[in-house]
Amino acid sequence: MKITSLLPLAFSIATVAGFVTAGEDSTLTIEGEVFVTKAAAPAHLENVDEIFSGWTFRLDETQALQMDDFDNPAFVFVDQALDQFEMVEGSAGKACSSCHDSAEVFSGLRASMPRVNSAGELETIPELINNCRTERMGAEKWKWSGGQMSAMLGLIGLQSRGMPVEVAIDGPAASFWEKGKELYYMRVGQLDMACSSCHEDNYGNMIRADHLSQGQINGFPTYRLKNAKLNTIHGRFKGCMKNIRATPFKEGSDEFKALELYVASRANGLSVETPSVRN
Amino acid sequence: MITMGGAMRLTIITLAAAAAVALSSTAFAEPTAPGNIKFGENGEVELALTGVAGDAASGRKLFMNRKKGNCLACHVNSDMAEQTFHGEVGPELDGVADRWDAAELRGILVNSKNMFEGTIMPAFYRDSGYNRILKKFDGTTILSAQEVEDLLAYVITLKE
Ligand code: HEC
Ligand code: HEC
Repeated sequence: MKITSLLPLAFSIATVAGFVTAGEDSTLTIEGEVFVTKAAAPAHLENVDEIFSGWTFRLDETQALQMDDFDNPAFVFVDQALDQFEMVEGSAGKACSSCHDSAEVFSGLRASMPRVNSAGELETIPELINNCRTERMGAEKWKWSGGQMSAMLGLIGLQSRGMPVEVAIDGPAASFWEKGKELYYMRVGQLDMACSSCHEDNYGNMIRADHLSQGQINGFPTYRLKNAKLNTIHGRFKGCMKNIRATPFKEGSDEFKALELYVASRANGLSVETPSVRN
Repeated sequence: MITMGGAMRLTIITLAAAAAVALSSTAFAEPTAPGNIKFGENGEVELALTGVAGDAASGRKLFMNRKKGNCLACHVNSDMAEQTFHGEVGPELDGVADRWDAAELRGILVNSKNMFEGTIMPAFYRDSGYNRILKKFDGTTILSAQEVEDLLAYVITLKE
């Protein structure tokens, strides 16, 4: 240790390089269940052979936090959502639990969202939740990335943890998926980059202190050590766009919903990891 | 002329620019606006963007400054071994001034897309043509003309 600390640069690069290989071979196990964090790319992916969960690229300490539900800080919020589930709110005098026996009934939902509904609209889980709140409970909508919404997304997502992501991209979903794909490859902002510039062309590389992942969303909402809260998918998209000095689309916008469908489909075959832990 | 080193050529171009300034009726030349830059056939930029010689010491700071060049985000640079994280997105810049001359390096800084088609490397001196640029950056360049010259004065020192 003494000797390597005299060479900070060589040391940090060696650590990172060593981690890359270790990371890709390490296994995510939670409560005895083995997760698929690496898989053959789905057939629709043209430029990538293998897909990796964002967990793969995190440091050992961060990885470890997700491997034990007692250590995973996201569960504080999941517990809050469990209480919220029983809470009567709104003019109809109802709670979530008035209509849904328990959160467990949502098993499988997270793995297949977003999806196209019978009206031909692309719908996401936050919209389903807000629809219950306004139409069935007579309660206020929640903000897209607000604390209550992201906690409830964590609770609902947890019910699909370990299941393979499997979103439909054909039939009525096809046009939304195409639009999302276009956005994924569209260069934006003063840095003039697309999602693909970092998450397809450069995953596995360091960009200063950040180890680039494939930008997968199978772990969302994700607890970030950086802001100590649960972060939503659209919240993350917005952050990445601002970082490249681009005007982000609005959370819940048609653009971000389409992008969510497309990005979700890039993880088809990986396990749902909700709620994950990232830096 | 043909065998002239990059650093030499930089000095001469800078001197020439300075001379042009001295000869013109105005006391100081305005920096060349981003829209008026003349690119050579391969994307190189022969003329200095300002009449003030670049300052390598400022350039070195711009190289690591996350809000300015942030070149270190993507490039390894052994001259900055004191900085812990060097990016791996672009090629290592050790010895880069042996590979490119001053005009080429200036072109890479101004807008590397002319030299490397489709590159992820941002254009540091371009103020238009962006898609969905954040309002507060609209019409601006990432670096000022003088900052480009300062960075160039630094990058030209990166020889093996
Ligand atoms: C300049 C590089 C860059 C660009 C461009 C970029 N991102 Fe990111 N993104 C990052 C970094 C750095 C992180 C954090 C480390 C990581 O997971 O890659 C990140 C993280 C993410 C994550 C979280 C992954 C996880 O496992 O927690 C998602 C999702 C994501 N990005 C999606 C996108 C989308 C969609 C776009 C385009 C709108 C985009 N990114 C554009 C750099 C970028
Ligand atoms: C987001 C990534 C990124 C940033 C930031 C960046 N570069 Fe680059 N740079 C690249 C890539 C990638 C290449 C290789 C060209 C290509 O094939 O795309 C490159 C190429 C170069 C080259 C040619 C290197 C060679 O050996 O041929 C120079 C010189 C250079 N960059 C200097 C800089 C300087 C100076 C800065 C900061 C002002 C900077 N770069 C910022 C990504 C970047």
